[in-house]
Amino acid sequence: MIPAAFEYVRPDSVEEAVSALRQAGEDAKVIGGGQSLVPMLRLRLALPTTLVDLGRIEELRGVRDDGDAIVIGAMTTHHDVLGDALVQRYAPLVAQATETVGDRQVRNLGTFGGSLAHADPAGDLPAVAVALDAQMVVAGSSGRRTVPAADFFVDYLTTVLEPDELLAEVRVPKLDGWGVHYEKFHQTAQAWAIVGVAAAVRRSNGSIAEARVGLTNVASVPVRGRAVEAALAGGEASAGAIASAAEQAGEGTSPSTDLTGSAEYRQHLSRVLTRRAVSAAAGL
Amino acid sequence: MTNISVTVDGVRYDDDVEPRTLLVQYLRERLGKVGTVVGCDTSNCGACTVLLDGRGVKSCSLLAAQSDGHVVTTVEGLVPTGEDGALHPVQRAFHEQHALQCGFCTPGMMMAACDLLADNPDPSDEEIREGLEGNLCRCTGYQNIVRAVSAAAAELRSARGAAPSTPEGVASA
Repeated sequence: MIPAAFEYVRPDSVEEAVSALRQAGEDAKVIGGGQSLVPMLRLRLALPTTLVDLGRIEELRGVRDDGDAIVIGAMTTHHDVLGDALVQRYAPLVAQATETVGDRQVRNLGTFGGSLAHADPAGDLPAVAVALDAQMVVAGSSGRRTVPAADFFVDYLTTVLEPDELLAEVRVPKLDGWGVHYEKFHQTAQAWAIVGVAAAVRRSNGSIAEARVGLTNVASVPVRGRAVEAALAGGEASAGAIASAAEQAGEGTSPSTDLTGSAEYRQHLSRVLTRRAVSAAAGL
Repeated sequence: MTNISVTVDGVRYDDDVEPRTLLVQYLRERLGKVGTVVGCDTSNCGACTVLLDGRGVKSCSLLAAQSDGHVVTTVEGLVPTGEDGALHPVQRAFHEQHALQCGFCTPGMMMAACDLLADNPDPSDEEIREGLEGNLCRCTGYQNIVRAVSAAAAELRSARGAAPSTPEGVASA
């Protein structure tokens, strides 16, 4: 299976990329590492007229410290995210979820920003971005704007990105002293998550002071587990209290039924995996 | 057409390619590197794995244009040219441990093993299994593949310190 023909542009800067997107119109597509897009091109599920390849734009690669947040360049590969000291120290939840993305080969080429901009509800990183209140920095013809992760994902494979915009970098607030865990359930190696749950917990003595929960593949967009968070906050850090809070994990979800599981099964998994993820994040 | 300049198995090529050309097509059809095979056509099986700047990638899942300016190593480049008949430690281990039956997945398995061993010179059996999760074998049940990678790792470790004889971008002995 060979992709349909397209024009191909290799800009050297974000400005050139935005200008190429503007010229190419709304059927253009940005390619990062291509680990989601190239298979879609091959199946002809995506038929862009122009591909704008960000591979040469060095300013989009790498992770930097920016005070109360770390900033991850959109073209940083999963491999490089995993090896980054700032990510390991301040965003270990990102590292844990990244480790489960695809397989080694996919992580060697696939990018952090690409996974987010692709907005596959079964992708692991969108739920993490939503749980951590990440800020998406978007570059376009009229300059840059920042979009909270909660507003970035609009629908299945759809984000707020306009045709002449690209995701440039992501600000991930530092979580110091939080416990984190990403719990992913899938049937085979390298498969998509049937359901995944990202959890971050700040403990204070014997209780849970604050918790963040994000769910993968339980709706057309990543879902923030607000009801679970509210049930956990201020409560005891015990197996019973966490199990009880995790019962709320189906709230706000609208899972689909497919070959890997029914909607009911996904809601069941939401509760079970939330209990496991929060328990692990709380050190239980 | 898009111009690319890419080094494959130690030789530099300057070529015009159609943008939609996949790297594996370019390797097989333009350069004749048919040691790299296409298994699944859906980017699941890993049979087409090559090294891009020393890291394993599935050559059916990137455009030839994306390899512009980079160094590609295929299974045919594991041993430097001029050493006909010589085997890379990973190739030797796959032979000695009988890590194949039909052999179709073997080129990709070996390239993925090289990628893993470059990152982790002393992997446990579990780490080998996880490291090769992007490669499918429908014959062996993986047991001998894991043994082979483990044996290759030991040989590469014991050979470390000797003059490296592997091409750029490959886990050197």
